[in-house]
Amino acid sequence: MKNRSTALQITLTILPIIVSLVITAVLIMAVGSDPRAVFEKVWEGAFRDERSISQVINFWIPLTLVSMGLTVTFTAGLWNIGVEGQMMLGAVFASWVALYTTLDPILLVPLEVLMAMAGGMLWALLVGVLKTRMGVHEIFGGVALNALANVFSIYLITGPWQPPEGGSIQATPPFPEGALLPPLSDSFRVSLLALVIVGLAIVGVVLALRGTRWGLQLKATGKNPRSALLLGVPTERSSLTAFMVCGGLAGIAGSYRVLFTYGSLRPLVSGGIGFLGLLVVLLIATRALWAPFVAFAFAAILGGSTRLKIALQLDASLAGVLQGFLVLTVLLSNGLRQRLNRGRAAEPSAPTPAEALATEVAHHE
Amino acid sequence: MTGFREFAKWDSHRGITRGQFRTEWNGKGRQIVEARPVNGYNTGFTRAIRVDPRDRCGLMHIELRHIHKRFGPVHANNDINLTFGSGQIIGILGENGAGKSTLMKILSGFQAADSGEIWLDGSHVAYTGPEAAIQHGIGMLQQDPLDVAAFTVLENFVYGQPGRLLPDRKAAGQRLGELTRRFGFELDADAPIAQLTIGQRQQLEIVRLLALGVRTLILDEPTTGISAEQKTILFDALRTLASRDSMTVLLVSHKLEDVIALCNEVAVLRAGRVVGTRDMPATTGQLVTLMFGQEIKPQTRERADLSVAPVALELDSVTLRGKRVTVENFSLRVRAGEVIGLAGLDGSGQEMALRAAVGLEKPQNGRVLVDGEDITERGIERWLVKLQRSLRPSRSLIIPYLLVTLLRMLVAEQAGKAYRRFLQHGVAFGAAGRLEEGLVAGLTLTEHIAIATETQALVDWGRAARHTAAQMETYDVRGRPESQIETLSGGNQQRMLMALMPEQPVVMVLEQPTRGLDVDSARWIWQQLLSRQARGTAILFSSPELDELVAYSDRILVFYTGQVFEVPDARHTDADEIGHLIGGSFKEQNI
Amino acid sequence: MNEELLNILRSVVANATPLVIASLGETITERAGVVNLSLDGSIILSAMVGFVAALASNSPLVGILVAMLAGMIIALIIAVADIELKQDQIAIGFILTLLATDLATFAGQDYTRIPGPQILTTPLPVLKDVPVIGPIFFNQSILTYISYLLVFGVWFWLFRTRPGLAHRSVGERPETAFARGAKVNRLRYIYTAAGGALVGLAGAAYSLSVKPGWATPPNMQGDGWIALAIVIFGGWHPFRVVLGAYLFAGLRALSSAIQRSPDIQIPIVLLNAVPWLLMIFTLLLVSSGGIDRLVRVLPRPVQKWTRNFLRSDPPAALGTRFEPD
Repeated sequence: MKNRSTALQITLTILPIIVSLVITAVLIMAVGSDPRAVFEKVWEGAFRDERSISQVINFWIPLTLVSMGLTVTFTAGLWNIGVEGQMMLGAVFASWVALYTTLDPILLVPLEVLMAMAGGMLWALLVGVLKTRMGVHEIFGGVALNALANVFSIYLITGPWQPPEGGSIQATPPFPEGALLPPLSDSFRVSLLALVIVGLAIVGVVLALRGTRWGLQLKATGKNPRSALLLGVPTERSSLTAFMVCGGLAGIAGSYRVLFTYGSLRPLVSGGIGFLGLLVVLLIATRALWAPFVAFAFAAILGGSTRLKIALQLDASLAGVLQGFLVLTVLLSNGLRQRLNRGRAAEPSAPTPAEALATEVAHHE
Repeated sequence: MTGFREFAKWDSHRGITRGQFRTEWNGKGRQIVEARPVNGYNTGFTRAIRVDPRDRCGLMHIELRHIHKRFGPVHANNDINLTFGSGQIIGILGENGAGKSTLMKILSGFQAADSGEIWLDGSHVAYTGPEAAIQHGIGMLQQDPLDVAAFTVLENFVYGQPGRLLPDRKAAGQRLGELTRRFGFELDADAPIAQLTIGQRQQLEIVRLLALGVRTLILDEPTTGISAEQKTILFDALRTLASRDSMTVLLVSHKLEDVIALCNEVAVLRAGRVVGTRDMPATTGQLVTLMFGQEIKPQTRERADLSVAPVALELDSVTLRGKRVTVENFSLRVRAGEVIGLAGLDGSGQEMALRAAVGLEKPQNGRVLVDGEDITERGIERWLVKLQRSLRPSRSLIIPYLLVTLLRMLVAEQAGKAYRRFLQHGVAFGAAGRLEEGLVAGLTLTEHIAIATETQALVDWGRAARHTAAQMETYDVRGRPESQIETLSGGNQQRMLMALMPEQPVVMVLEQPTRGLDVDSARWIWQQLLSRQARGTAILFSSPELDELVAYSDRILVFYTGQVFEVPDARHTDADEIGHLIGGSFKEQNI
Repeated sequence: MNEELLNILRSVVANATPLVIASLGETITERAGVVNLSLDGSIILSAMVGFVAALASNSPLVGILVAMLAGMIIALIIAVADIELKQDQIAIGFILTLLATDLATFAGQDYTRIPGPQILTTPLPVLKDVPVIGPIFFNQSILTYISYLLVFGVWFWLFRTRPGLAHRSVGERPETAFARGAKVNRLRYIYTAAGGALVGLAGAAYSLSVKPGWATPPNMQGDGWIALAIVIFGGWHPFRVVLGAYLFAGLRALSSAIQRSPDIQIPIVLLNAVPWLLMIFTLLLVSSGGIDRLVRVLPRPVQKWTRNFLRSDPPAALGTRFEPD
């Protein structure tokens, strides 16, 4: 009995992965490709050499940053779908500094990152104020502000930030060398500064949620805002600060995309990484420490799929399909597990035999 | 079915009566024609089943056999055996948690028994939901009537009745009109439920169940939250149903005066068991003895003269606008050490007044002062209001006016923020829905204490743990500091809430402080409150329990549709007087 | 009346059709207490499969049916996850939004920018000749006519029929529905599926009529979110929902008219912001906090009127789970 239930638990843990892989494989076959070749290509694309690994890390850095930020908003019970827009605004602010400031790189790069944080915070604060002050749910505020951030960045690219001689409508002119984050080496193109920031973000968020009054207040606000308020928690401040922390981290993530990955501002610069961060956080719930690991797996899938288009003429959205099915099936199998456990817990409570009337009589006499 | 069947019936004086009975089909329903008790007395039973031959209606004889129901460790119903005859109004008595509501929910199909049987007119029935129970002729009126707030009265009346795709609104309206007129109910068919009082919603539910052909009507605490007038109408209707229509009426209540006024038989439950049945009339003392096993003297307290004590909390011509009522120019001074009770039916304005006193409801006009300091709103808002007023007269200033308006919207303080300011000034609040408003499911006991007491940016978990242990000791909270709050029993959660309250606030504002508690727990709560009051804390509370108001208040304010009336001599009043006042009778007095 | 204006109004009605259908579908679902947040993805995926099915069978009808099936399946996943597996509707809906979009992009990659079958405009005899109204409303595709019927149908169902009472009560107060003999969770399945099918139909309306064909990125991306916002703006009432859909479509038409006009110098890209600004603004207006704040500062005579006009109360049990006993 016990063995069976352990086996069941293990099955329910592995099942989602297998199911997602099978569905994805069937889909690949449906579009006329060989799933094995595709999965091999994805693996190679992620782990073949230094270059591919560094590419995975380049996805991992912003993904981890937004995931840590989103852990904070999720703890506070907030659906920060606006994280994409917060990334974009961070990218816009960083690009503004990169394009129009001439400073020594030692000062310039930190300024860019700080401005990016400010941009992300601003956009997140807007979502927050719309929610707490105007009663607009953060999902809708976030979706709209995502779209507005994108419109704004396209406007800048195609309008005011176009060089006078005319340029591409796909991107701003490349930033000067000194404005970019320097890579570790030519073959392993990863920014050390960004790695340090990510490390700080992980440690900072985990500690803040565990050991500070702010973290405790966030938790209370997320679980029951009404009670939290009556216990004296400043719930509005909790929500807004959660939004701002997440926005700040998303802003840095956005700046990484322009200051390192692309070297210029592009439309939809966030590339869906913010949404992917939401998937990561849905998987880990509020266990902040898991975020970097899950983010790494997702970054590997993302990095591995980038060359599918060239190698096999397959759209890179395959990565999203696989990730989406993974998260969906994990959540569904969590539900299944709880349902099975509930069924088992309810079973043993056998109905007590009705006490005989005679004993009642005896008792009363 | 012509053979004899077994019956068993409890009776407080006579012990058990066992025997057999036989039923026959009389064309309309099954009726009991013969009962043979085997061990002596049978009066209560045979009287209950005696049938007036002129009565045209089908009868109903209900028998509950060996009903068991458990909720986790709680044995809510433990081998319940009861019989109810038609034409009777039977009170189901018991303190909170005695299992009376559970039993009635089983009888009306809202819950399934773990084991046991329901026999109707001599045949065993097993039904799977409230609708099936209604088809068997048993309908229950819940304490909070089960209707849909977004529907109109007529829609609610129609909903659940069998019929074609398109309801015949005209016929339904006529039927509704007939039934309401018969009982003197006042219901407007097109009014939305959300605008009805609880009393009106009860009336609607009763006529709805009658229209569905219910022969047994169960009412769960129907007199809570309705006016004296509505209560009279309700009781008249119930008497008519029992005597004229030979229906069975089961009245679940812990209000003895209602039971004494209405019932001709009672069954008393204690801790999940039937501890006795008896015929009425009986005195309050006899019923109390049955309910609690002993007679309980009402709690009273010493009251000192407080007219010179400093004012702890003052509401100064406060105007509160709610969805249904408006309280205008309400002023109240609560002095240190004073206990003030607010009476009124649900939604009469007392809830708003309480919430305004703690900053959760923003007054449209007026001020709230704590210890003499005006903390109603921040200075900037007051300034903006003044600015906006000064701009209004001129049409040319419409743009600045709109700008100021927008600015006011933006800087307007969230209700919660005001509450925190009040809290910092020493105003503590206990909400009625304590587990939804007060405790956070998912947080541990220690985390709760840490939220309430830790003031540094970094939480000192060691200190919080020590603090938690001390508070759990003081307030007798049984549980583990690291377990989540929702795993505690209700009583322990209640004690935990007390432990979370500030030790000695200036004023405690409490919404129905003993809602849902049995007598012992309620006493414990009041002990805690009064020990704080003795140290100078003022208490402002609301309660639907008139006895509670009378027992503890130095002053009582009665709310009726937003109007406020102070009981002239609260220390020598009684529940009866207040009962009449909350029904609105002071309006005539004033004129 | 000006010929050009009539044309613009005609195209507003045509372009609003998928929004109308999708937000009516969501209204049906939410009236039963379930939130199908996946609208944006559902519309995209059903548009893709609808187009491909129509192309393969050379029959728009097959395309429509397949699209409706796709929308229904997604909606049912949400219902199962919520009712049977106790998972958060919003979370599952959000995952499905992303998943369905990527799925459509991946599976539809071979079908981008190729011509396929379309649902043509069918002027209704007699009605099309009514002045003003005829050319605007009755010179449309069959899907638009279906949307008219749906508006009245949904309204009639919800507010005039007996099962409509059960439908609404399940979303307002499931305990009451249970007490009156309704199978709460079964009804939630049914209405979630029905709403999802309409969302699928909206997808087909895009790929077979309003924005024919299939493209990457999908050219109706974002409309699902707007449809969700329209349901809130519309106060979960079919008539106001339709009004909202036409308002959005009208504003879009206006901004594209501005784009074409040579006199107004507004950067074209900024006009894309208009629907989103409008979305925030309308939600702000109808949110209870928004109304309260507005009403509090307005002169007293118009307070009540404003409140009643803007009031938009969600079904009381929206997004909650019901477990009998």
